[in-house]
Amino acid sequence: MMKPDNELVLSDLIRGAEGPLKILGGGTRPVGGSIGEVLTTQGLSGISLYEPGALTIVAGAGTPLVEIEAVLASKNQRLPFEPMLGHAVFGTGGESTIGGVVAANVSGPRRIQAGACRDSLIGVRFVDGRGDIVKSGGRVMKNVTGYDLVKLMCGAYGTLGILSEVAFKVLPGIEAVTTIEVKDLKDGAAVAAMSMALGSPFDVSGAAHDPDLGVTMLRLEGFVDSVAYRATELSKLLAGFGDVRLNEATNWVAVRDAVKFEGGNGDLWRISVKPSDGPRVGMALRGAKLLYDWGGGLVWAEVAEGTDVRGALTEIPGHCTLMRGVGSGPVFEPVVGALAALTKRLREQFDPRGILNAGLMG
Amino acid sequence: MLMPEPNDRILSRKADIVARLQGVLSLDAVIYEPNETLVYECDALTAYRCPPLAVVLPANTKEVSEVLKLCHDIGVPVVPRGSGTSLAGGALPTVDSVILSVARLNKVIETNYDDRYVRVQSGRTNLSVTTAVEEKDFFYAPDPSSQLACAIAGNIAMNSGGAHCLKYGVTTNNLLGVKMVMMDGTVTDIGGGHLDAGGLDLLGLICGSEGQLGVVTEATLRILRKPEGARPALVGFDSSEVAGACVSDIIKAGMLPVAIEFMDRRVLEVVEKHAKAGYPECEAVLIIEVEGSEAEIDMQLGMIRQIAAKHNPVDFRESKSEEESVAIWLGRKSAFGAMGLINDYICLDGTIPVSELPQVLKRIGELSDKYGLGVGNVFHAGDGNMHPLILFDANKEGDLELCEAMGAEILKLCVEVGGCLTGEHGVGVEKRDLMHAQFDPVDMEAQLRVKDVFDPSWLLNPSKVFPLGLTEARRSARG
Repeated sequence: MMKPDNELVLSDLIRGAEGPLKILGGGTRPVGGSIGEVLTTQGLSGISLYEPGALTIVAGAGTPLVEIEAVLASKNQRLPFEPMLGHAVFGTGGESTIGGVVAANVSGPRRIQAGACRDSLIGVRFVDGRGDIVKSGGRVMKNVTGYDLVKLMCGAYGTLGILSEVAFKVLPGIEAVTTIEVKDLKDGAAVAAMSMALGSPFDVSGAAHDPDLGVTMLRLEGFVDSVAYRATELSKLLAGFGDVRLNEATNWVAVRDAVKFEGGNGDLWRISVKPSDGPRVGMALRGAKLLYDWGGGLVWAEVAEGTDVRGALTEIPGHCTLMRGVGSGPVFEPVVGALAALTKRLREQFDPRGILNAGLMG
Repeated sequence: MLMPEPNDRILSRKADIVARLQGVLSLDAVIYEPNETLVYECDALTAYRCPPLAVVLPANTKEVSEVLKLCHDIGVPVVPRGSGTSLAGGALPTVDSVILSVARLNKVIETNYDDRYVRVQSGRTNLSVTTAVEEKDFFYAPDPSSQLACAIAGNIAMNSGGAHCLKYGVTTNNLLGVKMVMMDGTVTDIGGGHLDAGGLDLLGLICGSEGQLGVVTEATLRILRKPEGARPALVGFDSSEVAGACVSDIIKAGMLPVAIEFMDRRVLEVVEKHAKAGYPECEAVLIIEVEGSEAEIDMQLGMIRQIAAKHNPVDFRESKSEEESVAIWLGRKSAFGAMGLINDYICLDGTIPVSELPQVLKRIGELSDKYGLGVGNVFHAGDGNMHPLILFDANKEGDLELCEAMGAEILKLCVEVGGCLTGEHGVGVEKRDLMHAQFDPVDMEAQLRVKDVFDPSWLLNPSKVFPLGLTEARRSARG
């Protein structure tokens, strides 16, 4: 296993590679499969800059996520996008790295309010398939200088280049949190309640629905008095949907990490649709074990092995990723038409030999 | 400003090219008489002017596609134009180019309050997107100063920001999907009503690509419910450095105001004279706006008052009403106009780490002395996006060049301290030749390769963003 400890070594390894490279951070979220000699970024570790007054942190791609979160917490700050951990869903051990989080654009329930990983990412350094060391963005939160390769690299699963350093805009910590829970709503009503809450002025930072627990969850975060006020107002707004209660201890980590699917059998899919289409996904996948996040726009679905999920959802715009299991068809949503041609040519430009996580995204 | 030598082969064929454009568009959608193309000779960077060969005003995506395919096939460069409010010369034409204006694409296609998005044609103005969803108390968050006039197409091209992006992000954070036409006429859809598009993040790549990768004709934009209320406080300080330190303390205290705006003495004096906003006489003023219910606003402004008190402000005014809020914002909103009344100026747009603010303000003062040109500072302090206004006299020989040289030094300073050349205006032609200060050749080569993918013939807005020397081989390869 290759474990470069600086960018120059990483560049040399890529230039010298004679075959495909399987690129890993901590290896905690093995979506799909790639072949080749393993190269991990874990050696590119450490926080190189943290300025609480400027809401900015810069770290090596191999830095453990827990280290970043601990350092931020020590100054009462946090990553805005609440990255999920893959251990429960994938049954993996090890440490999630910040570079892996970026490569997979991993975002949690707060995505609906604070944006995805890609929205907080303000700079990257990476080594492309030619071995060139490239930077884009920087360490300031407003930057439109040149093309935004930062976004392109986020969610590219290492197929365009291997991240060596990442920079984030961070946010102040949260003083208080509470969750409004509505019981026993059918999926359609649950999404309607979440839409109403998300369309209210009360700044909802999490909107999830677990049909098995029969609970719809709406999270409020902020200063103590403000949370109390908004909880009262939002409870009134949602009263028409049924029994509304406040819960200070709702387990949002279980939502974030999709813990209910831990150790499960069958295929686990992650499906991104318009929130109002969420219930249609549930209906189309009758019998699936479901969890709705992002107000209904993110549907986790565990189905019997080999179920043709994309086939069942052809009428619903969006896309599906196979997180675990044998599935049916490609792991990532196939890109078609003009976008497929663009994607192919971008890969050829950034990785002309096709050695970086080859074939992973199709 | 150096632009490429015009292509004689194109100039000599003007009549034929116009006829062919008229073949795919209605007659009134092709402008080619010199007295009419003059209107399009510049954008808001008025120091540079050049009328285009022709201007086209397509009415739908199909017409945009046909125009681009035609220009592609006959090798004519195309400069896309939103409302022409670019401060960086993003819509500056060359004499051998066709301007493609999206002005006629101004319809709202779909509003969806349940899923919180609106789909509009890209020529629609920024403010009228909010107008379209105001009936349900929603709004579109990015709010560039030119929002009354600027088009969504231009916002996407430049990844525009605004005063409220500390909380709500810039255009790229509020863009869910686009319909885009590529130079060869291919129409493609990226993203849509769902939060994440599949595959590579091409949407993120297109946003901020300054009209060089494709022409966006439709956009799906995230809309948000308006907060219950918003009120600002105004704080005066006897030094810019102390104002900067106060900004840092507010952020460290865990607050996230929707806006923190800064103005220095020179701007305050001019604003006072022209807008009569009743601002205090002091070295620096911060306007800090917070949102929420009445009680939430009171609480947050109370916290800000406590933090500010530690910095011995010379004045602290908390708005208690709509009228007082308007009064506090009046000076800031009229700052650019008021400065324009007294002087010609160029407006810079570099971003710096907030912690570098005191040092950079001091250095800008020194440069002002060195060049003998006045500078006013008015900017978004929360995110470090500075807008130094360098004052000059357009009628004075050599003054513009002097002003630009000083601007270049300030922008290099921004990069030196860890920032960037442009935070929200874009590179355009204005900062094209400074790209070397921020990027190594290998960084820019990676960007040029992206352009190669989307526009292999290098016909779309080809003379912008990158130093001309760097793109010459690619531009001339098109023959």
